[in-house]
Amino acid sequence: MSDLSVNFCGVDMKNPLITASGAYGYGREYVDLYPISAIGGISTKGTTLNVKDGNPPPRIAETPSGMLNSVGLQNGGLERFISVELPNLEKQDIAIIANIAGGTIEECVELVSKLEGTSVDMIELNISCPNVKQGGAAFGTNRDCAAEITSAVKRATSKPLMVKLSPNVTSISDIAKAVEAAGADALSLINTLLGMRIDIMSRRPILKNNVGGLSGPAVFPIAVRMVWQVANAVDIPVCGMGGISCAEDAIEIMMAGANCFQIGAVMFNDPYAPVKIIDGLNEWCEKNGVKNISEIVGTVKPW
Amino acid sequence: MYTQGLYEIIKKEQIAKDTFDLTISCGKLSELAKAGQFVHISVPGFFLRRPISICNIDKENGTIRIVFQIKGKGTDVLSKFETGEKLDLLGPLGNGFKLLDPDKKVITIGGGIGTPPMLEVAKYYGENATEISGFRTKELVILQDDFKAQGNKTILCTDDGTAGEKGFVTDALSVSIEKEKPDFIYACGPTVMLKAVSEIAMNNKIRCQISLEERMACGVGACLGCAVKMKVLGNEFYGHVCKNGPVFYSEEVIL
Repeated sequence: MSDLSVNFCGVDMKNPLITASGAYGYGREYVDLYPISAIGGISTKGTTLNVKDGNPPPRIAETPSGMLNSVGLQNGGLERFISVELPNLEKQDIAIIANIAGGTIEECVELVSKLEGTSVDMIELNISCPNVKQGGAAFGTNRDCAAEITSAVKRATSKPLMVKLSPNVTSISDIAKAVEAAGADALSLINTLLGMRIDIMSRRPILKNNVGGLSGPAVFPIAVRMVWQVANAVDIPVCGMGGISCAEDAIEIMMAGANCFQIGAVMFNDPYAPVKIIDGLNEWCEKNGVKNISEIVGTVKPW
Repeated sequence: MYTQGLYEIIKKEQIAKDTFDLTISCGKLSELAKAGQFVHISVPGFFLRRPISICNIDKENGTIRIVFQIKGKGTDVLSKFETGEKLDLLGPLGNGFKLLDPDKKVITIGGGIGTPPMLEVAKYYGENATEISGFRTKELVILQDDFKAQGNKTILCTDDGTAGEKGFVTDALSVSIEKEKPDFIYACGPTVMLKAVSEIAMNNKIRCQISLEERMACGVGACLGCAVKMKVLGNEFYGHVCKNGPVFYSEEVIL
């Protein structure tokens, strides 16, 4: 067995696999198949201060090698997260990353303030959701806004702060540098890419929201490129994601510069994906003489 | 409780135009399955699984039957699978129908390709179930002999009158309610049909469950994709077809 454990911003994880926000709920849905303790960490469903209804259906559209979603951050609110979901996650021996989303800077500050003193290991600040009208990507696509919200949230929390970046920007490195300068402890990328599908018979967009976020294997090469660019532009650790669907993809994104990674859409196709990816990482490391998985981080040799 | 695995197709039959009937040997999945639940099927070349309702459960032989119609490219590929080949199924998923004492009288209503999930629930009630099936035209009619074989009364309607009575299931429903005085109504089919059935049930003060579909991703309640507007105790919110459904009490959903 190789050592898959990683230390990410001071948080120890038994392996570098984190289930991505919005793809794994609060960790209750897959326990019929395997214990949740198999994964390294969970990034929870994006949580807002109050209950959020989300967008009208249809919210899902299939695409070549992927899917669009316009769920719109439906969640039960922070109180429910702390009183109902967190106690269950605490028992699981996994890193708990609270993904938070607010419509305003004040809401984000209040969210992290209320998470002080809880068992949450790390905050993931979502400034990149493409499916909500307020907040979300409005913060993440403007350098100054991204820096302003990062710095305000950083001041309000003692927990490591990871900021989740939007790929729907001209230069993701510029945003990454601004967020780093504003005090972020880590970056996660990429959130979904804005996309659209149309039903050619009804001439209506398939999504009721008209547009939605593209994820799945289709976006993987973009994620690798952006992780590589960002990892080279900043000194803080990076959590890579976007279309990872097998152990080889995970290794690739780590070689591009990710210290750990998240998986999302692949689980909708193969619910056992987390277990298979972890097994695959072990096998690959053993075969290739890698003692600790962290050895491979950023080892791509660009031409 | 659900499971996932590769399961062998042991029988395949085309039972109507573009409509296929697969019997799948799936051991534990069959053992766990209840009337009204669905399986989430992985189709090679497509990213998302296809949710398809379970038509029949044979726990003794460890099999289930699924009946589906070619609606797009995914179901077209699914229709090419042959006996002896294996399908990747995740299931049984969802909540299934509420079953009363089998002595109660019920009406089951299937509209088009919404008919298959009615077979398993009608089986439970035997001769106490009246199945009303509606199809656009004769060449789409399915499962009538199956309902009869398990003792159900059957009423067949087609929009164009090429088989059974000419007319909609809702016309037949009103007549049957008078005659059968049912304790419960079950329905699956197009939204417009479900709306009409729900209204008739409500007007006659008969409890009614309907089975819904929606574009779906995970199938297990994790992604919150397959939203449906629900109304419970005066509160409106989005529930999810995969987890809160696919079976809902008719008064719980806003169609």
